[in-house]
Amino acid sequence: MSDLLYMVLVAPFKDMAGSPAFLVEVLIGGVFAGLMYSLVALGFVLIYKASGVFNFAQGVMVLFAALTLVGLLERGAPVVVALALTAAVMVGLAYAIERVVLRPLVNQPQIILFMATIGLNFFLEGFGEMAWGANVKKLDIGIPDRSFIVRGVQINELELTAAVTAAVLVTLLALFFQTTRIGLALRAVADDHEAALSIGIPLKTIWVVVWSVAGVVAIVAGLMWGAKSGVQFSLSLIALKALPVLILGGFESVPGAIVGGLIIGVGEKLGEVYWGPLVGGAIENWFAYVLALAFLLVRPQGLFGEKIIERV
Amino acid sequence: MTLRAVLVGILALTVVAGPSVARVQAAGEIFIPLLVYRTGPYAPNGIPIANGASDYFTLVNERDGGINTVKIAFEECEDQYDTKQGVECYERLKAKNPVLVNPYSTGITYQLIPKAPVDKIVVHSMGYGMTATADGRWFPWVFNFPMTYWSQASAFVKYVAQQEGGMDKLKGKKIAHIFHNSPYGKEANPTLEDLARRHAFELTLLAVDHPGQEQKATWLQIRRLNPDWIYISGWGVMNQVAVKEAGSIGVKMDRVVGNWWTGTETDVIPAGDAAKGYKSMAFTAPGAEFKVHQDIFKHVYDKGKGAYGNDRAKVGEVLYNRMVVNAMLNVEAIRTAMTKYGNKPLTGEQVRWGFENLNITDKRLEELGMKGMMRPLRVTCENHEGNGLAFVQQWDGKKWNVVSDWIEPIRDVVRPKLEAEAVAEAKKLNYTMRDCAKEK
Repeated sequence: MSDLLYMVLVAPFKDMAGSPAFLVEVLIGGVFAGLMYSLVALGFVLIYKASGVFNFAQGVMVLFAALTLVGLLERGAPVVVALALTAAVMVGLAYAIERVVLRPLVNQPQIILFMATIGLNFFLEGFGEMAWGANVKKLDIGIPDRSFIVRGVQINELELTAAVTAAVLVTLLALFFQTTRIGLALRAVADDHEAALSIGIPLKTIWVVVWSVAGVVAIVAGLMWGAKSGVQFSLSLIALKALPVLILGGFESVPGAIVGGLIIGVGEKLGEVYWGPLVGGAIENWFAYVLALAFLLVRPQGLFGEKIIERV
Repeated sequence: MTLRAVLVGILALTVVAGPSVARVQAAGEIFIPLLVYRTGPYAPNGIPIANGASDYFTLVNERDGGINTVKIAFEECEDQYDTKQGVECYERLKAKNPVLVNPYSTGITYQLIPKAPVDKIVVHSMGYGMTATADGRWFPWVFNFPMTYWSQASAFVKYVAQQEGGMDKLKGKKIAHIFHNSPYGKEANPTLEDLARRHAFELTLLAVDHPGQEQKATWLQIRRLNPDWIYISGWGVMNQVAVKEAGSIGVKMDRVVGNWWTGTETDVIPAGDAAKGYKSMAFTAPGAEFKVHQDIFKHVYDKGKGAYGNDRAKVGEVLYNRMVVNAMLNVEAIRTAMTKYGNKPLTGEQVRWGFENLNITDKRLEELGMKGMMRPLRVTCENHEGNGLAFVQQWDGKKWNVVSDWIEPIRDVVRPKLEAEAVAEAKKLNYTMRDCAKEK
């Protein structure tokens, strides 16, 4: 028993203290991974903020965006043109979703909208496969993928680029929500569809805007994850990595998606490296959920979520 | 017609049409079901496998008029590499009286093992599935020739020893096994652990959870460990990420060796130049320079019946060739059975005899246009793994090249372990051991 306690409570910390450069490397790895999760979580947050809908199709939107981008690149489009065309496709998709899926379901219970996004998920997956094929595609837009050493700590250029990109994106989104009229309107729509409509906020336009922004975020996420693993259908599964981030950070908070991502990223890497070997490894997937659940018990609305107050 | 009506119509048609049908069975034909995964996350691996089977069976029908004039009927069922869907496919196609099935998934194989003797359908899990089923005395209906995961792991260790200068040079070396955290990924562990004890090398086991999109923690541990050799048992996106991570942290790629499911074109292309030098185990040679490929082009693709359509460049890829060999072994097992039971559609029991008496010689491989594509193979009642050998291939940035001789597994270590495991697994199914001596 005392051996077990030592292995769990003492040995990992001795290991950390004994090799601080490696600990820093693990922490940096966690920060970078967390920011990559945040990129995916942001898409969920945007749509949830504006419509109260948990968009089951967000992972597939990342895949669809990446497939479109790489498909255009393979056909010889220059990077800038391919990015612009992919953004146009995602805006077009947002318009189509508003017209075909959301508009007929205005004021329906949220569970109905959620079910609609499940349908959307499978449609986009099948359509993407039909349009662009199922093969793994290399995504090369010139982001370097080498590593360099700083004081004994190895840093990967691709992950560093992704981290900086995520940080810039979040800053822009936070400014968009806090300082623009559309941002204010988005928050009003998220609070109450009918109330927002009654004061003249164009619900349809807001939905198109927010799904478009989520589409653009999906392009960035698809770009980074696609550069990491190639563009393939498993990309849609990264939504699973965003869920604990959302639970922890709160479904309506852009900063929450970032802080949640960082906590999950660092937590799972520390867990896997220092405690994983005690149980045979491969704990990081479920460890992230345990971490999120632990936060949930203390703060059900997540770290940055709005506290739910029901008056009766 | 409203938009909604059109959508409902499309949906209804999709449901009614069901899975794609390559060729339906007619009277006087022999039926082989194809469990395929052309869609979903594992489709990049599933497509060349499905196309290899389809092209080879079409070749036999078009060039030879079937197996000794008995045509092969085959039908695909899409399972997305999902065990539940795979079993559903098997159950659906069982009504067409199949004589054998290639599950192409270790998970599905495990589910079909107990069904095989009941349904009288041979299960051929070529280089995957449950290693213990190689003991034919306990598992008469399951075949995993030409090699098992355990033999492969031992061949890998032997290769490392060859590179290091002998088995005695393994002492003190550090070998890491990065594996998919599933029954498949774990298969090699007992053999590696046994060999680590015998040859005093330091083995580290690192599991990667499905799907393996994020492996940073694993590769951080690799960086700290700094192993002499890395062995990877992955599948799907895990492979691409592993090769890329290995390249990006600066591991010597010629010391990273995937198992034979971790060494396809798909696994290395996303990593670009970083994948150069990466190696993998294999038991079928890559490339489209064999005579069988000329036959496939002439009798299948020139007639517009090729599974890849006009995209002939993919003929000869690693997984395509592996399935061509798999299909050839299926056909030759049926042909062997016909020597005893006649040139007519056979039952599963008759085909099982053909599998158990399969003898592919060098001469036969030459006749089939596959000399050098695989090693001669002999299967017996006791040994359903056969006497297969492995080799190592290496990615040069554009294609896979064979870089080793054929490697004999360490059979005196693997076989006793395998027999002990077979007893344990068979007991779970209440099987009794048969006496092969009485069947000769």
